[in-house]
Amino acid sequence: MTSNPSSEKPAGVIGAGSFGTAIANIIALNRPVLLYARDAQAVERINRTRENRGQQLHDHVTATNSLEQLAQQCYVIFPMVPSQHFRAMMKKLSPHLHPYHILIHGTKGFDIQLPEGETLHSVATLSRARVKTMSEVIREESVVVRIGCLAGPNLARELAQRQPGATVVASHFKEVIQTGKRLLRNDRFQVYENADIVGVEIAGVLKNIIAIASGALSGLGYGENAKGLLISRGAVEMVYLGRALGGDTRAFLGVAGIGDLVTTCNSPMSRNFSVGYRLAKGESLAQILASMEEVAEGINTVQIAKKCADHYKVRALVTDRLYKVLFEGMTVEEALDFLMRFPLSADIDFI
Amino acid sequence: MEILEEKKNKNRKYTPILNRIREWPVYQLSKNRKEFVEEVAQRSFERIRELRPTRKQLIDELEATVYREQNRLKRNRWRVDPKDENRFWAAIKHELVELSASQDETSQKPEELAKRIVQRYAGEIAGNFKPNSYRVTRAIVKFWFTRLLNGARVKKFGAFFRNRYTLRDKIHIVGKVKMLRKLAKQGTVVMVPTHFSNLDSILIGWVIHSLGLPAFIYGAGLNLFNIKIFAYFMNSLGAYKVDRRKKNLPYLETLKMYSNLAIQKGAHSLFFPGGTRSRSGMIEKQLKLGLLSTAIEAQRNLYLENAGPEVRKIFIVPVTLNYHFVLEAPDLIEEYLQVKGQDRYFPEQEKYGSFQLIKFLFKFFTKGSSISVSIGAGLDVLGNYVDRDGQSLDANGRVIEPREYFISNGAVTVDKQREDEYTRMLSQKIVHEYHRINRVFASHVAAFVAFEMWQKKHPKLDLFSLLRLPEEELELEYEAFRDTFRRVRKQLYKLKEERKVNHATHLKGEIDLVIKRGLDNVGIFHLKRPLLRNKKGKIVTQDLSTLYYYHNRLVGYDLESLI
Repeated sequence: MTSNPSSEKPAGVIGAGSFGTAIANIIALNRPVLLYARDAQAVERINRTRENRGQQLHDHVTATNSLEQLAQQCYVIFPMVPSQHFRAMMKKLSPHLHPYHILIHGTKGFDIQLPEGETLHSVATLSRARVKTMSEVIREESVVVRIGCLAGPNLARELAQRQPGATVVASHFKEVIQTGKRLLRNDRFQVYENADIVGVEIAGVLKNIIAIASGALSGLGYGENAKGLLISRGAVEMVYLGRALGGDTRAFLGVAGIGDLVTTCNSPMSRNFSVGYRLAKGESLAQILASMEEVAEGINTVQIAKKCADHYKVRALVTDRLYKVLFEGMTVEEALDFLMRFPLSADIDFI
Repeated sequence: MEILEEKKNKNRKYTPILNRIREWPVYQLSKNRKEFVEEVAQRSFERIRELRPTRKQLIDELEATVYREQNRLKRNRWRVDPKDENRFWAAIKHELVELSASQDETSQKPEELAKRIVQRYAGEIAGNFKPNSYRVTRAIVKFWFTRLLNGARVKKFGAFFRNRYTLRDKIHIVGKVKMLRKLAKQGTVVMVPTHFSNLDSILIGWVIHSLGLPAFIYGAGLNLFNIKIFAYFMNSLGAYKVDRRKKNLPYLETLKMYSNLAIQKGAHSLFFPGGTRSRSGMIEKQLKLGLLSTAIEAQRNLYLENAGPEVRKIFIVPVTLNYHFVLEAPDLIEEYLQVKGQDRYFPEQEKYGSFQLIKFLFKFFTKGSSISVSIGAGLDVLGNYVDRDGQSLDANGRVIEPREYFISNGAVTVDKQREDEYTRMLSQKIVHEYHRINRVFASHVAAFVAFEMWQKKHPKLDLFSLLRLPEEELELEYEAFRDTFRRVRKQLYKLKEERKVNHATHLKGEIDLVIKRGLDNVGIFHLKRPLLRNKKGKIVTQDLSTLYYYHNRLVGYDLESLI
């Protein structure tokens, strides 16, 4: 914060969605920012109107349409694109990257590579060999090794209003964490550290499932008891699934786990929450998808997590029921009914 | 198609890449031995000061070191240990006691003591390469090996003095030989072989020589120097000594500094990154990161000190040694089974003196059991493949500059934690390469198939209960064994095509002959044979634990599901 913004290289942000824009604005308090958008017209509009996704842009943010320029000018790059497009974006970015680059992504989703002729729907189960976190995609697609991720209760709209908040920067490299901290931290935004990058990534992804379920409960008109039940049991389910996928329990208890989970489950603003809400109100998945401006990562995540749970033989009741609601025509009431009847005993048995 | 015999050796003799021993980096190092040891000591001392910056921390470290060393002297003395050790450590202890009694907080005494200790260690570690004794050793080894081979194979009077067979017929070198020779001319090679037997050190020494490479410096376990015959070989091959009893900070830092500086000075190096012989017979999965990190540190230092493009590059070359037979197998697996599940210290016991060794060598040369050495592709210190010109390549074949891995904000920087992480990545890559270049023999497949079949017959038994079964109760029908063998072999072919493993040419061909070759060779010289066919034609074992050892060579390829 003591550094003079003009003397240092700019930081890059890839993806001008609402989260990417909010992060660009936060970094801009410490450093000039290059913000990449895929669409040339959008870049022109952003630079002209100084506004994007309802957010006023900080003076230090410049939009660009060139990944090459971004990679040349920035040592530190924050990819913030939806998981479905992440690998394709990395393939385009990769030729311009060097081993000195640092990449810190903020994408909460999985990358999947399916056997030929299969779809996410048709494939029976998925093993970890086919399901990758974004940091693993970066490793596979580029020479960059200094990789980090940021995760936590970061609703774009609240960030944009400069409400108090926090995030976790996770990486195997202290250097990456310190760099992330230097760029992101300000008097309204706290940054925590974590070395278990895969655990943090997985926590950030899996919470989207519980968020949809929370929206559904809300849509049915249920109150706080039901939500407390869901959040606590959802957290346990996340731990089990997360451990099967290679994360450490601790990551799920921190800002990126419980912190993010509670936030998204209480936030009608979140996309995943509203998917669940509308499902409970009787809309079909197709109707909901047709009317959404940005991607709700949770829908894909439910499918992937369900198939991973089947592969690793992990009991994931919430995920499993939600899968049936989304893709097999079960109603939200039936799913809830099943969950309430299921015989369970031990509360916590993983610590 | 019937290829039962190993393909006629195309191993030709390689001309030396540097003709005169005086040009060898290891010679340069030994010529200036005194200065080099002094430099190692000085730099190690500085490193220790960085790690233990306050006076109190330094004194604590020294006290811990003295305590451990005196403990070692009481409990675990070796023949190679210098005679004045007791006196030296007693004197250090005495001075430390005096130091704590005195009130003087400013004296340079702790520093002086630390220096004395690292100087002693640096001297202990340093190798002593002598060109003359290298030449003599080379000549002796060559002469006697050739005599043994010919005397044993050709049963005619006078055959003893013929030169029909050479060591090259016995030891097959496969893989990226040309590349290795080329890389050794352009940069500094750090060879990292798997470690199964005490014989590995000598074997690798011979391989390096026969590929026409200058002598490498070795990190050889000090325990080997207890055996006189080994001590002589290793001293003359440029070995430096690694004493695994000493786990104290000053020793470890000195050892790493020795390797680091030698690599920086361009001495080709060799160490066994598994740290010790594989007890289980499995290919190493966990490598010791200490010495490996010195290669990365040396490369970073070279970049730090030279800004230009012409920085000497360090190449990592993984190597696997493939045997039908490991002399120590029964003892190794015994130790492994004893400590499995508990991370206990391995006592280094040497049951094999010079005599046993000569006996083994005689057996080795007189009977048909070959060894193969697979040379892997060269890597840079980050684990990227390099091309023939030594340039690092990314996964898409784009040339990349390894210097950039050490750059932060535009400049090369020193970041210990970052390099620890790089070391971990490099070690994973080396393990991966081991599995890829591992050369599977028929005997490995036979051992694997038989053991897994017995395991499957007793699904309720855990490993230890299975091993306790009386050997007489274990029998396999030959036909069932053959079917499974064939399935596993097929899968190995497939894995080879996917470049996930390699296999010896003798694995191909008529299945009964291949199986026979396998059975004949599994642990061929053990008193109790791990696997054989009895008179009724059934597959039986005389020693299930040792069979388990040989079976382990193929663990890690997901072949178990084919049984």
